[in-house]
Amino acid sequence: MAIHEKTLIDPDRILQHDHLVVDGVDVSGSWNTMISPRTLVDYEPDFEKIIQSYGGGENVHRCWQCGSCTNSCTMYAQNVDFNPRYWIYLIRLGLKAELMKDKDIIWQCVSCNKCTNICPKDVRPEGVMKATAHWLEENGYTPKTLSTHFDEEFTHQCLEYGRIEDTEVMMGFFKRSGQPLVQTWIINFGKNLSKHMPLGQLAKMGLNVVFRPKTKSWGRTGEVLAEYVKTQKEAAHHG
Amino acid sequence: MAKVAYYPGCALEGSGGPYDKSTRVLVKELGLEMENLEDYNCCGAMEVKNIHPMLQTYMSARNLAIASKLQGCDTVMAPCNGCYRNLKQTEYECATSEETMKTVQDLAEKSGDPVYDGDVRSLHALEWFMEEVGPEGIKSRVKKSLNGLKIANYYGCMYTRPRQIFPEKDQGPGSESSYAPHFMDDLLNAAGAEAVDFPLKTACCGGAHTLSDSDTSTQLVLNILQAAEDAGAEVIATECPTCHSGLEMHQVRAEVEFGIKTNVKVIYFTQLLGLAMGLSPRKVGIPDNVSDSMDLLAAKGIV
Repeated sequence: MAIHEKTLIDPDRILQHDHLVVDGVDVSGSWNTMISPRTLVDYEPDFEKIIQSYGGGENVHRCWQCGSCTNSCTMYAQNVDFNPRYWIYLIRLGLKAELMKDKDIIWQCVSCNKCTNICPKDVRPEGVMKATAHWLEENGYTPKTLSTHFDEEFTHQCLEYGRIEDTEVMMGFFKRSGQPLVQTWIINFGKNLSKHMPLGQLAKMGLNVVFRPKTKSWGRTGEVLAEYVKTQKEAAHHG
Repeated sequence: MAKVAYYPGCALEGSGGPYDKSTRVLVKELGLEMENLEDYNCCGAMEVKNIHPMLQTYMSARNLAIASKLQGCDTVMAPCNGCYRNLKQTEYECATSEETMKTVQDLAEKSGDPVYDGDVRSLHALEWFMEEVGPEGIKSRVKKSLNGLKIANYYGCMYTRPRQIFPEKDQGPGSESSYAPHFMDDLLNAAGAEAVDFPLKTACCGGAHTLSDSDTSTQLVLNILQAAEDAGAEVIATECPTCHSGLEMHQVRAEVEFGIKTNVKVIYFTQLLGLAMGLSPRKVGIPDNVSDSMDLLAAKGIV
């Protein structure tokens, strides 16, 4: 695997030569491609295996670093620090400390699947992002993100009732994540909604909250699925 | 003709109400037949797979099995991109991995659910209309032309990605393209609209983080709204309830929180086709949208 390590060109690794003349040519200045020899000792040999044990991370070992994922990434266009190709590289080499520098943005993956669509090696980078974000949370490196709160509320309702109800998911999410429900833009949105919406549709949405839609035949399904997930997670992390 | 079970999904029975309403009246108007998928469950959307991927696979498999085993249908039709994508993903995972198929069947037996065995296909509403009616069929049924209404056709993420799970796409003439989808363009152009050259057809609206990372979603939605306006569009046609509410919500949020105003209207493609079939705006749920398009439609002589 080729070397693509950003730390090598970090500011503190740039060599500065104020007066350097080679064969009569003045080459003074910053030399960020001249790298001091060094030995890496702070890597974690099992890091790749750990990420593989989280849902979505299974194929991370297949990466050959072409960079198609980062090139196509929706979030990379928003923020150039959002670099799936680089994170996959760090995971494979076990460079945990370097990955930690970006720990607070990895969860922002929007699951647009452009990376998984384009990847020539079926790495499924979108899944790797989710696996990495979950690993960060479960090990206390990042607080539980809003996104995970949302996933948990959504999944809770699915397992309990077989179906979700929009308003209830929203309320549950705001409650779980400790956010105020009263935000200016939500109020304006609500006003727009009720300004145009005929009474029938409003009443229907209101009734949904009181008599929430359920899957009648859901029966044991929710329990069976919850049990399956529990067993699988135990096997993956304590096996 | 395929025997079709209609899977509206949770969104169409909640905030995507106008999409459900317009789909049902349009299907009737086009003379197509479908029955409701009975007592369906949620497809898991983009959320449950983050708890465990098998949850998503199983939940879609259960819906497919209800259609084939309990209702004798050979096709499940979903107008929601999220539902559609998850159904396709399940078809793909079960067809390519014996282990996944076995796990799905074991879980079904344990739960006392109908057992999925791969004998049913899933279609997006767009694909079904293309298969049964097509642009020519639409043209012959138009009662009220869309009068050259300039439309940016927006397909979002889940209708085409990842392309691996859509083996019927990219099969040459007549098939849908995963990198430049055109089914919605074809149908709406046949109804008299003019599709503008829209570069962000399959861009992401940030739907996964609409609430959990609102600023990112607002930026992504603004990209789409502004690109549509730059391309000369008066309307963005949508075919996914999550995209549609994302565009509506963040159009409002961009104006309230950042003072950035855009005027392009957001309308479901089923509503536009319904209008072209001569159905009234109320019947297809135009007044139920947050994006208020009545003045524009009146000015264009469509309503």
